[in-house]
Amino acid sequence: MPQSRDIANGAIQPKGDAIIRVRDLEVKFGDKAIMDGLNLDVMRGEILGFVGASGTGKSVLMRTILGLIRQSRGEITVFDQDLAALSVQEHEEIEKRWGVLFQHGALFSSLTVRQNIQMPMREHLSMSPRLMDEMAALKIDLVGLKADAADKYPSELSGGMIKRAALARALALDPEILFLDEPTSGLDPIGAQDFDDLIATLQRTLGLTVFMVTHDLDSLSGVCDRIAALAEGKVIAAGPIETMMAADHPWLRAYFHGARARRGSLDTGQFRASSKT
Amino acid sequence: MAEAANQTPRTNPPTAILAGESGRFVVALGGDWSAPNARACEAEAGRIAAAIPADGVVRFDAGGLGRLDTLGAWVLARLQHELRQAGARVALDNAGTAHRILFDEIQYKPLEQQEAKRSFIVIDILTDIGAAMVDAFYDLVNGIAFLGSFVVAAGKVVTGQSRFRLASLVAQLERVALRSVPIIVLISVLVGGIIAQQSVFQLQSFGTVHFVADLMGILVLRELAVLITSIMLAGRTGSSFTAELGSMKMREEIDALRTMGLDPIEVLVVPRITALILSLPLLTFVSSMAMLFGGGMVALLYGGVSPEVFLSRLQGAIGLNTFVVGMLKAPFMALVIGIIACIEGFAVKGSADSLGARTTASVVKAIFMVIVVDGLFAMFFASIRY
Repeated sequence: MPQSRDIANGAIQPKGDAIIRVRDLEVKFGDKAIMDGLNLDVMRGEILGFVGASGTGKSVLMRTILGLIRQSRGEITVFDQDLAALSVQEHEEIEKRWGVLFQHGALFSSLTVRQNIQMPMREHLSMSPRLMDEMAALKIDLVGLKADAADKYPSELSGGMIKRAALARALALDPEILFLDEPTSGLDPIGAQDFDDLIATLQRTLGLTVFMVTHDLDSLSGVCDRIAALAEGKVIAAGPIETMMAADHPWLRAYFHGARARRGSLDTGQFRASSKT
Repeated sequence: MAEAANQTPRTNPPTAILAGESGRFVVALGGDWSAPNARACEAEAGRIAAAIPADGVVRFDAGGLGRLDTLGAWVLARLQHELRQAGARVALDNAGTAHRILFDEIQYKPLEQQEAKRSFIVIDILTDIGAAMVDAFYDLVNGIAFLGSFVVAAGKVVTGQSRFRLASLVAQLERVALRSVPIIVLISVLVGGIIAQQSVFQLQSFGTVHFVADLMGILVLRELAVLITSIMLAGRTGSSFTAELGSMKMREEIDALRTMGLDPIEVLVVPRITALILSLPLLTFVSSMAMLFGGGMVALLYGGVSPEVFLSRLQGAIGLNTFVVGMLKAPFMALVIGIIACIEGFAVKGSADSLGARTTASVVKAIFMVIVVDGLFAMFFASIRY
């Protein structure tokens, strides 16, 4: 039972066991197989960066794990429970333990930021109105938004603020796993760096496991513990940035040794320094 | 497992065990201080706060703490803050490494309470009425301004200063006119039938059933066909214009047009309203024929009026002017519907709510205005005795 899995007692949890395990996954759109025998492990407490060329199905994999797309074959295990075998209620219990940041935020446009954050709390938790207001204010503070953003509507926010507000909503239920779909896309480099630092800080303080789809080389080298690369419907390589740099798959070589990577800090050997400052 | 729907089964209830005497206390924390236990966390914190006297010395022992998340840390931080405020000396120790990080990160900050604005219902109602009047005035002004820019844009097309978008117009015509035909015919046949049936029942008591043709002919051609068609198009086409333009506005497509040096009125509005102005008379004609057909059928079935009698009565009752009155109104109805739909579409703001509200407003205003315009025409034609 999951009971025994709950490592609490204030100890830093070991990055040993897989919290998400994907085995032999196949996803088909019509006749076209997007995922073809994909295997992936996401370890408890790590930040996994997920890369791949546009259109290879990074988002499809994330949506399949989240249960928005059905696989035609294969097994997805989250918290040691096979998602396909769960009842609706059990799946709901799992959904309360993960938070999702969609690429464009997906904030409810008719609700203010505060109401957006409180929506999952109101639906899934039982707490006093005062505590709910305080928790919303706390999450807004955690993601680095100003307190006056609470009563704004998504249409009144800038792109960066939308990402932060959406992250605050993803954190509303204190999830154990955080899914991020291109969290830094559309942010300026400084904003992206801030966002990376924020995710790293949150991951440390809240002990989150983070699954991050990204194209941002700085994010990959800065905050990710491990990187997995998707091509031809499979994970072609997984490991820390050094492994990826050394890989000889042509796409990986082009990606990690291309002009953009060279211009950045990747090839100069100081790629880890920037994020830890 | 599923017996408690709101409580995740995997958590242990949070506990805070109070021990000590003569003003020195130890609170041993245990269990899971986490979001699924929010109520219990608050209750435990409240119990401890009530039990400790103002000048007490309290040590929280976090050694036995199970799961801790931001909610639990916040409730504990708030408890410590409240005790300190009351004058107690508070310390927390023995926390594990991960818990320590969280306790350090979550600092209690009192929430700034916003003063709820006091309101009086009478004043609110008066304010609403006033705002509605002002809105109605601006609606009128906007409508006239929009009509002006539509006329200018249409004038440019007519005088050849800007391109005539035939493809767009034809596409709109197909959507507005052709695809509306089945529903308009269906509704018209039914409405014609219903009116004929009631007329037949009333006329039977005078023994003048065949007058149903006179009644139907004048009513349908002058008023009913154009009204039903306009109301249908306000619902069917006006709403889709508003929703289309509104979602284009939301995705900045209209701004994109402007930056390319294209006038959104010319590109988006002129083809739509032109299509509507061309379609509505055609559909009104279709509707008239369908209503007369429906009325004729019912007159035959309920009143025994043969088609020959019906048609010859009809020929005697109506003149060209009856037909012209109805058809003349149609383009004006189309203009009213189109202008309202496009104004509302351009007024959509960023939220999904606003799109819904504007689409509703478009249909409601268009139907209202169609009926008002029809009334104005009725007064006009009556005064010129046409």
